[in-house]
Amino acid sequence: MIAEPRTLFDKVWDAHVVAAREDGLDLIWIDRHFVHEGSFHAFDKLAARGAALARPDLTFGVEDHYVPTRTRALDRIDPAIRRMMEQLRANTQRHGVRLFDIDDPAQGIVHVVGPEQGLTLPGLSIVCGDSHTATHGAFGALAFGIGASDVAHVLETQTLWQKRPKRLRMTIDGALAPGVSAKDVALAVIAALGSDGAAGHAIEFAGSTVRALSMEGRLTLCNLAIEAGARCGMIAPDETTFAFLRGRPCAPRGADFDRACDDWRALAGDDGAVFDREARLDAAAIAPIVTWGVNPEDALPIDATTPDPDRVADPARAAHVRAALDYMGLTPGQRLQDIRIDRVFIGSCTNARIEDLRAAAAVLQGRRAVVPGLVSPGSGAVKRQAEAEGLDRVFRDAGLDWVGAGCSMCVGMNGDLLAPGERCASTTNRNFRGRQGPGSRTHLMSPAMAAAAAVTGRLTDLRALKRERG
Amino acid sequence: MRPFTIHEGVACPLPLTGVDTDQLIPARFMKRSRAEGYGGYLLHDLRFDETGAPRPGFPLDAPQRAGASILVTRRNFGAGSSREAAVYALVDFGVRCVVAPSFGDIFAQNAVNNGLLPARVSEADAERLIAALLAGETRARVDLETCRVALGALDVAFAIDPVWRARLLNGWEDVDLTLSRAAEIAAFVAADRTRRPWAIPQRP
Repeated sequence: MIAEPRTLFDKVWDAHVVAAREDGLDLIWIDRHFVHEGSFHAFDKLAARGAALARPDLTFGVEDHYVPTRTRALDRIDPAIRRMMEQLRANTQRHGVRLFDIDDPAQGIVHVVGPEQGLTLPGLSIVCGDSHTATHGAFGALAFGIGASDVAHVLETQTLWQKRPKRLRMTIDGALAPGVSAKDVALAVIAALGSDGAAGHAIEFAGSTVRALSMEGRLTLCNLAIEAGARCGMIAPDETTFAFLRGRPCAPRGADFDRACDDWRALAGDDGAVFDREARLDAAAIAPIVTWGVNPEDALPIDATTPDPDRVADPARAAHVRAALDYMGLTPGQRLQDIRIDRVFIGSCTNARIEDLRAAAAVLQGRRAVVPGLVSPGSGAVKRQAEAEGLDRVFRDAGLDWVGAGCSMCVGMNGDLLAPGERCASTTNRNFRGRQGPGSRTHLMSPAMAAAAAVTGRLTDLRALKRERG
Repeated sequence: MRPFTIHEGVACPLPLTGVDTDQLIPARFMKRSRAEGYGGYLLHDLRFDETGAPRPGFPLDAPQRAGASILVTRRNFGAGSSREAAVYALVDFGVRCVVAPSFGDIFAQNAVNNGLLPARVSEADAERLIAALLAGETRARVDLETCRVALGALDVAFAIDPVWRARLLNGWEDVDLTLSRAAEIAAFVAADRTRRPWAIPQRP
């Protein structure tokens, strides 16, 4: 009997099925479980059941959501925020879980730390109580975010009951134009699919554009799969993946690594494997993109104008456009490049890796920012690398604040917030109302585009700025 | 978990698209213990202004919606952050069912884990239900046995994954079910050790 050709997703999923129920639910084994300060609800549930943690050796704690970025001295921060960190420390210590706390040189955002440490590997199943866990799919892992009840279930059993999602292949072919990055590709994907377009699906990103992306770019792309509603995003592992992983602290070593690579090469989808849905994008047609509204799907090329709700046929969509423009303090038909900003933020699990900081610094080199801004590297390792390359000097000389690693102003839990009504050019993942603080207004874009906005004080076509420099 | 079979109660229209979990509960409230109750934070920044005063006209605070336990809204409800606190805010407020054309996947899973019914209707039916509520209807009846929502003269079908439906109807908890599979889990782990030796993290 000839086996059915399988996709990458199918191969990874099938390797994790502990038990299959008649009603279609599979019991999935979990290889890595990341917990953070917000996981206290789940630890509380475990305690209420009087249960033990099933696999402390597969569970890793990371302080990221609430960590202060301007000081590492905990006695100087808001006690309520400090308590969030203390709870995580107590819970991980009680259960014998390795914690990357802020005094650990490897600390950073969980979705940056996992890959850096080689905890994220191809073919693994990875969960975390954070929707951007999709990021780790860049290595060909099955990685998805879960809520506190499921976190508690994984803590107690190292498994989860899951319904197999449908498979969507997003093929992107062609060369990206200068100034266009993985972030722009991701925003183009979300705009094409809609913010719930991939609900119930696992997206596999394929095509020559994806193959040509660095690991940093692939991580950005998979990170934003959730903003198209997908359960997870995945990219087949290849030599780029293996080169990134070789020598990472928790990855297999020596001959074991080479043997693992042989297994990982076989994870790529078989010829003729069938997807439930297919979608395509032409890379050459993607321009630098910014969001104008309150959802990542409210995205347009930088040379466009804001939409006019009176010209939107669907009444529900028209109502959304009207309310979004109102919240954002914008008018219909306004040129995006005329929108003035108050602040920039370069950071987050979407765009705080070394390549992102290099791209932003390349724009800021020899220039001044005309608005204040914050640059928060994704991890201690990224911070040290950036400082070794002198990028911190570029940011500081431009007038931006160079701070410590954490989720910072992407979600503002640590107090890095915008003031009400302030408008921010941000390399983050969500432009939701109030995401960066009550009344905050967020425009999502790539690191280079955020840097360009810092220089001019308005949303800016990076390509024009580049031409200006010659 | 409290089973869900038939629920009848006050329904509230929320004629908004993409009410994300950051709206359902802003991040700054998530440091609190669940024991304090999250109901007061539900949709906080849409309901209240900077001074904490109710924003006039927000549907949830209209007198005829007092005690609302059914929300009817537009597509992509609960998108975004995986924060289960969004479900806690709804449940602690007294909401038992949200009716919408689509839901964020993680939100819907969290909802079912807490006995909250995410009932999927067509966009056209969502608009009809919202219109009827805006025209003055106040009560609705949600029947999970028949998968129908009745509201005034309307009686529309809703969809829900059959596995989720069974869980809600019975009030099943996952974890006890899983623990009964301990032998299968142990067998998987033993076989996996030789099948995927690289899956165990190295000690640095």
